[in-house]
Amino acid sequence: MTDEDLPPPAAGGFGRRRFLGYVLAATTLTTAAKLSIAPSAEGIVSPQPTDFLDLNDLMTVAALPTSHLITVNVNTDGTVSFALPRAEVGQGITTSTAMLIAEEMDVPLDRLRVTLADARPELLFNQLTGGSNTTIATFTPIRVAAAIARLRLLAAAAAELGVARSDVTLRGGVVTAPGHTGLDIGELAAKAASSRTEEVRVTLKGREDFTVIGTARNRVDALAAVTGRKTFAMDLQVPDAKPTMVCRPPTINGTVRSVANAATVRAMPGVTDVVTIATGVAVRAETFGQCIDAVRALQVSWGPGTAEGKSDDDVIAELRRAELPMGLPPLTPTVDTRFTFHFRSNSALETNCAIADVSGGRAEIWSSLKSPIVAKQKIAAKLGLPVSAVTVHVTEGGGSFGRRLFFDAALEAAEVSKKIGKPVKLMWHRADDSRQGRTHPMALSRVRATYLGSSVLGFKQVHTSVATDLGHGLGEMITALAASIPVGDLAFSETFFQLSQTMPYDFGVSNRVLNETDKGFNTGSMRNVYSPDMTCARELVVDRVASRMRKDPYQFRRGSLRSDRARAVLDKVAEAGSWGRRLPAGVAQGIAFHDEYRSMSAVLVELDCRPEAVGRTIRDAVTGPRVTKAVIAADVGLAVNPRGLEAQMMGCLMDGIALALTSSLHLRDGHFLEASWDNYFYTRQWNTPPDLQIFVMPPTTGDPGGAGELGVAASMAAVACAYGRATGTMPTTFPINHGVLSFEPKPTVPPIPQSPTDGLQHVR
Amino acid sequence: MPKHTFRLNGRQVAVDVADDVRLLWVLRDLLGVTGPKYGCGINVCKACTSHLNGKAFNPCAVPVKDIGPTDEVTTIEGLPDTVGRSLHPMQEAWIERDVAQCGYCQPGQIMTAVALVRRVAAEGRSITDEDLDGIRNICRCGTYSRIRDAIRSGAAEM
Ligand code: FES
Ligand code: FES
Repeated sequence: MTDEDLPPPAAGGFGRRRFLGYVLAATTLTTAAKLSIAPSAEGIVSPQPTDFLDLNDLMTVAALPTSHLITVNVNTDGTVSFALPRAEVGQGITTSTAMLIAEEMDVPLDRLRVTLADARPELLFNQLTGGSNTTIATFTPIRVAAAIARLRLLAAAAAELGVARSDVTLRGGVVTAPGHTGLDIGELAAKAASSRTEEVRVTLKGREDFTVIGTARNRVDALAAVTGRKTFAMDLQVPDAKPTMVCRPPTINGTVRSVANAATVRAMPGVTDVVTIATGVAVRAETFGQCIDAVRALQVSWGPGTAEGKSDDDVIAELRRAELPMGLPPLTPTVDTRFTFHFRSNSALETNCAIADVSGGRAEIWSSLKSPIVAKQKIAAKLGLPVSAVTVHVTEGGGSFGRRLFFDAALEAAEVSKKIGKPVKLMWHRADDSRQGRTHPMALSRVRATYLGSSVLGFKQVHTSVATDLGHGLGEMITALAASIPVGDLAFSETFFQLSQTMPYDFGVSNRVLNETDKGFNTGSMRNVYSPDMTCARELVVDRVASRMRKDPYQFRRGSLRSDRARAVLDKVAEAGSWGRRLPAGVAQGIAFHDEYRSMSAVLVELDCRPEAVGRTIRDAVTGPRVTKAVIAADVGLAVNPRGLEAQMMGCLMDGIALALTSSLHLRDGHFLEASWDNYFYTRQWNTPPDLQIFVMPPTTGDPGGAGELGVAASMAAVACAYGRATGTMPTTFPINHGVLSFEPKPTVPPIPQSPTDGLQHVR
Repeated sequence: MPKHTFRLNGRQVAVDVADDVRLLWVLRDLLGVTGPKYGCGINVCKACTSHLNGKAFNPCAVPVKDIGPTDEVTTIEGLPDTVGRSLHPMQEAWIERDVAQCGYCQPGQIMTAVALVRRVAAEGRSITDEDLDGIRNICRCGTYSRIRDAIRSGAAEM
């Protein structure tokens, strides 16, 4: 072992920042991180699993054994490259990762080339993007590899210049020594390389020395995004991978019985192939337009689906039957309410899509995948190929919100390509993405708060949900770690639920249970998973209890929160948002709190429910109550990129507004009615708050917590609370407009709408 | 197969394709111009927004036969050239405000914004909250607030 570190080993601060890593044998400098310390496992014994190990501890523990395979490469052109074993889907992790490396290496951010790694089965669990875990898990190993690279560059420069190590400094990507012209790191890339793999001890920079981490930076892919050069899966030019779409059943997961006119459709202009697959009938053509024509022309006889005949009310009845008993009502006063959360779509703007080229005993796949290892294994199994014969490239994703944890399009593309023996560029139509794509499951949340005088004695929440499919790798990860986590042999989803949910208030005896039923739907975890519904229900009950006790909602929360960090974010929004200011009748404030991923968030909104706001008319739109102002405070321990964190909070707010007010799927007779963005009412410009303030709290813990999903729950809850206060009625069904169908449903046969031809009449 | 010709980002292009194929697919699938994105194919999401003779339009809703030989189609790729710079002021505003998250909607958002500013200027006024409220482009990442800020600052530089 060599010890290239300058400062001597020390206890305390240095000890915490001292790590082992590698220099790998290579022709240009390649360093890797090895993590040899376990995360601290301190914590108080408590009946709440989240108090001593939350979901992010779990994921980081899982990441430990293989993290040394993360490598930083210094190239001869002076750039530094790193293949991130995660999916970038808009959350900004390529930028924050570049910042970590730039910080430790002292190279400018624009020298960094962060790409997305292909599926690497040897990484085991360390290639799952989820649970807002990326920065938590990679914060140390990436910096260790970068810090070793910096030391090697300094040593190489000292040797090259014939000066002492203490005389060289690396700044801005250039090594300098007194009396010498600077050496760019590109010139040192080969000289700093090692002919053998060595273990190296390194001390990371102290936080007081950070000049990149914690500063607001623009995204590294901003230029690519605004010039149209950012390349998504469907923008790739893979030879002969022609447009492909699937004619899908009229009901959820219906099956193909027979196709009456395959030959006729195959003869349509541009069409090259028509083939039946597990999920429908695939067509391949010269253009997607001709795929649409072909899909619409197909005459298919369909078998029943997995939710045949069911409508919203049937599922509500099922959930009611599955609800676990609340126990006997106590003798003390209670608030006891049941909330209904309808199905919601986690469809991104980029629909499910993938390119596949399967031939000659091998397969190559391109898709935005947050669990590429599981995708690779499942695709190999489906094709009957060894896992090593399947190459899976992770492309930039056009949003995820939970969608890209699954690989539905990649599996289909592989199946079609194998069946027809040609490469395919397979894309779901928007209508398919909405109707057959994965959903956030419908759920009931029953809450019972027991209180006496001005104390809450107990808080129980029984959450009953249509089953959430976690079959994307998280389940496997939990199984492998089951012995090391304190939740016994609970089901995957129950484990996830218990690990992600907290009770931030000092509310006496508190417990939460999850029960799931009905596996007939295509579900998945949607951004912030269980928390938006759980927190929305909880915060509405907190408001109700406060009102029974004649307490102010903010002061009541403030007095009940268990931590200073929690109170600080709540105080921030209350102060910045002028909590309690006088507002006209029909306009009200709402305030809510949520903690998760070792982070804290609070949101204050003002909601205008007056007729002039609700009655605004915009064609094919739900205007509804308007959030006129929103104030968000987030404490993520240490924000690597505060500007990126603000962006995530803004997105979380837009999600929360939609979840509370406008966006849901309506289930009728075994299918969802929504087939368009003018059916599924995600937040649009006319729903956004004209006044938005976001506060990133100064570093608290000094370690980054999760950020990408953090703000959804409190945003949804704050809007719901504001609605209750503005209208005088606590809402119990979400979104609040679910009872009104605000659009004319499109037909289910053919399954996708034809593109209009009148575009020239709308040029403006 | 009929031949269609039109001007695309300053060049005359020609394609052999059926009359009714929508322009979005001609651009993306046949000409390899992938800035305009697919988000719905029914003129709702506005991810494909481009310019026809300087005004916003949605190529997913226009059959290629409707585009004439002298019609000028501008996609995000051709936007900087319309001002003879490496970036249009609206693109610079987008970078300055760090608007994009996943970025999928952003070519369409920028093309919508530029056309909006031109239209408002032609009406002899400046951008209002109502104008911004009226933008239909979906951003599923929820970048709406930064879009509003960027349009105002981009408009000031146009
Ligand atoms: S793809 Fe053209 S408007 Fe959606
Ligand atoms: S930035 Fe992702 S859809 Fe707008």
